[in-house]
Amino acid sequence: MATRTRYAPDRGLTARMTVTMFLLGLVFVGFVAALIGILAATKQSAGLIVFVAIVFGGGAAVISLFYSDKIALAAAGAHEVTPQQAPELHGIVDRLCALADMDKPRVAIAPTRMPNAFATGRNSKNSVLCVTQGMLNVGLTREELEGVLAHELSHVAHKDVQVMTVAGLLGITAGLLVRFAFYSELFGGGRRGGNNGNAALLIPLIMLVSIVVYAISFVLIRMLSRYRELAADRSGALLTGQPSALASALTKVSDSMSRIPNEDLRKAAPMSAFYFAPAMKLHGGGGDKLANLFSTHPSLDKRIEQLAKIQAQLNNSTPGAKGLR
Amino acid sequence: MGFLDVLLGRTKPVQPKLDDLFALPSAAITLQASSGFTPTGSGSVCFRSVEGKTFSDIESDVRDLLNMDAGKPGGGLPVEVTRDSYGYTWLVSSHLSDELDALVTDLHAVNSALVDNGFGPQLLCTLVAFRDERERRLALVYLYKRGTFYPFAPLSGQERDNALEIQIKNALADDLKIEQDLTRWFPVWGAPGM
Repeated sequence: MATRTRYAPDRGLTARMTVTMFLLGLVFVGFVAALIGILAATKQSAGLIVFVAIVFGGGAAVISLFYSDKIALAAAGAHEVTPQQAPELHGIVDRLCALADMDKPRVAIAPTRMPNAFATGRNSKNSVLCVTQGMLNVGLTREELEGVLAHELSHVAHKDVQVMTVAGLLGITAGLLVRFAFYSELFGGGRRGGNNGNAALLIPLIMLVSIVVYAISFVLIRMLSRYRELAADRSGALLTGQPSALASALTKVSDSMSRIPNEDLRKAAPMSAFYFAPAMKLHGGGGDKLANLFSTHPSLDKRIEQLAKIQAQLNNSTPGAKGLR
Repeated sequence: MGFLDVLLGRTKPVQPKLDDLFALPSAAITLQASSGFTPTGSGSVCFRSVEGKTFSDIESDVRDLLNMDAGKPGGGLPVEVTRDSYGYTWLVSSHLSDELDALVTDLHAVNSALVDNGFGPQLLCTLVAFRDERERRLALVYLYKRGTFYPFAPLSGQERDNALEIQIKNALADDLKIEQDLTRWFPVWGAPGM
């Protein structure tokens, strides 16, 4: 079906995301190959450690995926609200879901003063959308709040929790391997090192590879997280047709966030990847390259710049003829 | 959404389904025979405005188009434009109660104007109002993205008459594509044109 549309995909963003995921996959394959190589070369059966790390890592990922909605709600101290308790919030979500033709997630409010929002859940049927009390109190207009909710609904539509869990699997496993190798070095190293020269080398080698993999995957995952934030901004703005409302919501939230005391921020840090705005700031200004590399969210400037582009695109007087599948 | 779309984090805006709207006039006859509800002659189209001049130009073009026939026999009253508190725009078209065909044609004109200009994904719902002798209010709401209808019967305050809604759903099961997922029957409190 060929229909005229104004909603052209952002090829640059798609390409950058593809490259990032390809690199993550490459690191994963390299990691497994290196482990097999090390074990084969030393003719050692430290395979047990590796096996346990992968089982633990995979298990942790599956559990966190399956209970992500409950874990996140409990961590944020949030409670679900009915349409009677929060008619405005439900009204906005109802309409957005009807516009986007998606299942309505459950809606929750967290009593935190920090203005933020997150969406999580293993699939669209089991997802939950949570906003903090601070977000409702920060003085957003209804259209700005709608922009925030549309951004979060886009995370659900893009299945970001699933994608980031799979991406994070690599980091978790490598992290566990470092820890296991370290402990076995501490407790078992003396016994084995006596009769085999190779074994003494084995554990530190696995540790070294794991540390390198952990470091690379950490940077790549953060990069992927930033691209997915941009993708959610984009889809959210296209859904409401109001990119400026989302941009002004972002500005307001970031402004008030920098004024909130640290206590709240530290509590919120573990959930940062799924939040609307970063809960932790590593730097003051926008120019710090190194801090941007480790950030889960793109800089405010970058997000607003993208929204300005979408605004121009929507306001273009001649829609391009484009085939939709 | 395909696997690749998920992986790459892109959503294609959903295009509206328009054709099922034309089943409405014949369903109205069934509705009157089975439950005594008659059309009031008014209906509305609800869509999410896009910021910027391009969209507001299209909006005023549509209004002018619908108003061309206003006042002539079968042309109905001039359309009313309201903006609800959620930021959605409602175009209300009012006809005589036996001119449901003309009403649906009006509503469809709004749809096609938006779709032709590439703003199809902005369409939210269409609503056609009904009343019975006891002055109970009922609306049939058409969801563009699903191509389905659901009944909405508001009572006073923010209460809905669920029993009546289920009754209407069963009465119209053969005439209209009824939305089977009840969680999508969202309330449109105070919708213009009810």
